[in-house]
Amino acid sequence: MGAWDRFVFSFFNLDIARQYLPAIGKGMVTTIWLALAVIVTGVLLGLVLALLRSYRNKLVNFFIIMFADIMRALPPLVLIILLFFALPYAGLSLEAFAATWVALSLVLAAFAEEIFWAGIVAVPRGQWEAARSTGLSKLQTLAHVVLPQAVRMTLPPLTNRVIAITKGTALGSVVALSEILNQASSSASQAGNATPMTLGALAYLVLFIPVVIFGRWIETRFAWKK
Amino acid sequence: MDAIVQNFFNLEIAAKVWPFLLKGLGMTLMLSAIVVPLGLMAGLVVAVLGTLKSRLLKAALIVYVDFFRAFPPLVLLIFIYFGTPFLGLDIPKLLAVAIGFLLNTSSYYGEVFRAGIESIPKGQFEAARSTGLSNAQTLRFVVLPQAIRNVLPDLISNTLEVIKLTTLASVVALPELLNNARQAQALTYNPTPIVLAALMYLVLLWPLVRLLSRLEHKSIAMH
Amino acid sequence: MSNAILDIAALHKSYGANPVLKGIDLAVNENELVFVIGPSGSGKSTLLRCCNRLEEPESGSIRVDGTDILRPGVDLNQVRQKIGMVFQSFNLYPHMTALGNVTLALRRVQGMGKEAAEEKGRAALTRVGLGEKFNAFPNELSGGQQQRVGIARALALEPRIVLFDEPTSALDPELVGGVLKVMRELKESGMTMVVVSHEMAFARAAADRVIFMDKGVIADQGPPEEMFGNPRHERLREFLSRINH
Repeated sequence: MGAWDRFVFSFFNLDIARQYLPAIGKGMVTTIWLALAVIVTGVLLGLVLALLRSYRNKLVNFFIIMFADIMRALPPLVLIILLFFALPYAGLSLEAFAATWVALSLVLAAFAEEIFWAGIVAVPRGQWEAARSTGLSKLQTLAHVVLPQAVRMTLPPLTNRVIAITKGTALGSVVALSEILNQASSSASQAGNATPMTLGALAYLVLFIPVVIFGRWIETRFAWKK
Repeated sequence: MDAIVQNFFNLEIAAKVWPFLLKGLGMTLMLSAIVVPLGLMAGLVVAVLGTLKSRLLKAALIVYVDFFRAFPPLVLLIFIYFGTPFLGLDIPKLLAVAIGFLLNTSSYYGEVFRAGIESIPKGQFEAARSTGLSNAQTLRFVVLPQAIRNVLPDLISNTLEVIKLTTLASVVALPELLNNARQAQALTYNPTPIVLAALMYLVLLWPLVRLLSRLEHKSIAMH
Repeated sequence: MSNAILDIAALHKSYGANPVLKGIDLAVNENELVFVIGPSGSGKSTLLRCCNRLEEPESGSIRVDGTDILRPGVDLNQVRQKIGMVFQSFNLYPHMTALGNVTLALRRVQGMGKEAAEEKGRAALTRVGLGEKFNAFPNELSGGQQQRVGIARALALEPRIVLFDEPTSALDPELVGGVLKVMRELKESGMTMVVVSHEMAFARAAADRVIFMDKGVIADQGPPEEMFGNPRHERLREFLSRINH
């Protein structure tokens, strides 16, 4: 067999592809669920933390900033490993999906909080003053005047960060979560052929290229007006 | 309480594994020292190429950047590492890891530089060109200095990500910090090495995070 | 002082170690237009902003329509509806139309329904001459129009007093007249107003009393003819001659 034929046989073997497609499909489902779960909990938690921060309570702020700093400095994989392998020693056993979901959510929450907070801070003080001077409460001012303006500024960096974090779902394979990468690698070992890996790669591209394109669109639409 | 210290902060075990973890840290730093500068240069090249007039080139660059931003780095790494033997190539671990990371980071840095260049008002180009500066000189003396200053927070943010990315290399058993910590945990049946490694990452990266916070707030406030 | 809508006594305010207001006593009666002038740094804006507690004074008392607004338990949101404020930089909400800007507080603070609030909002906007601009966004309006929306926003709440913090200082000269005209009409309709500004001609025409502030105190006050025509105070004369160039 020539080098090219060998290549096609190893990476683009249709029979093997057909055989292992269901396994990859199963992995895709897990990946999608995980990604959605992470996005929802991560962004919501980040928003809640940023709102809490706007009340300017020194003690609360200290803990929020500490949380944000730690979760942005720790590599996500270390966090997943900690939750999955170390936590059981404290009596709390998390299974692979839970450990990955919690870890990635916490990291996304930390980044989201910083992004939301920067957006809130960037809304001119005059907006707060005008709203408060007409009798609106702090919460009403946040809800109707400040957040709508802040969100506009936060959408591009937030989208980028969400994309980066959801690619982290692949890290779940390290703790044997049966998402795409895991399914692809074990299928490839089983088959003694790299084709399932190709399928896995295609699965990721199918999932994430639309997301990246969507992210680009958001960036252009909400770009800074000069 | 005592169990927690025994299991997570076991000083005896910590002392034993410390040298091994330190070696891992060395590998982490070396890997970072390779990938970051190369990634920055590659990203700069990508962004500068994007300023050329060729629509084909621009399209190709967008495909390149979006592809590697969409592709999870871990998958890329596994691919390069396990896939290349099937191609008949035998690549040393460090090289496989470096190539994988480079492809990924060059696209992220490329995007950052591109956004920076685009944020410079057209008037700057026009003024420079009207005084006779060539395109290359304009880029070099007028546009890039301003662009880089504008996107400094994003560059630092990305560099932070790259250093965190090195932990992925543990999956292919490159002896960086996380890898060594996991090995140590397996050998001692105690998670203290992982906790120790986590603390080491924090000590290494927290100053960068603080710096980044400060810059981010200044940068958003300017807009 | 039973007629005083705004009653300030012994007001002190410092920024850190810098005293900005060093004991202000001022009573503004119903229907009065008090015009405040003075060099920058004299504390005029700070005084105004203390009146709806955008700044917190260190000591002293401020009563608006009988209510002590500095009292610890006071419902600030309720009190602020009685005090209208117009800002130098307009501070319109960019993501809402003119009508939206005016009706937000009507709906959220006063709990009005959409229909009722919009009716009131349209009336306020028409009153300031923006009857054609209900659905315009701030970035579609000129500076003068934006400021008039700001005035309408304050008026819609039917305040007892309106505070103007340099309302025309950020406007291009040709737009100033439109805003001053609205303020003139407001005065004629009987509104109590305190205006911090450099528009001396307006003061001459419309003010009941002019107050000269210097270095954190009220250095002089009196009717405009006296203050401008026959300034007694050395500093006031200096200030006026500088302004008139």
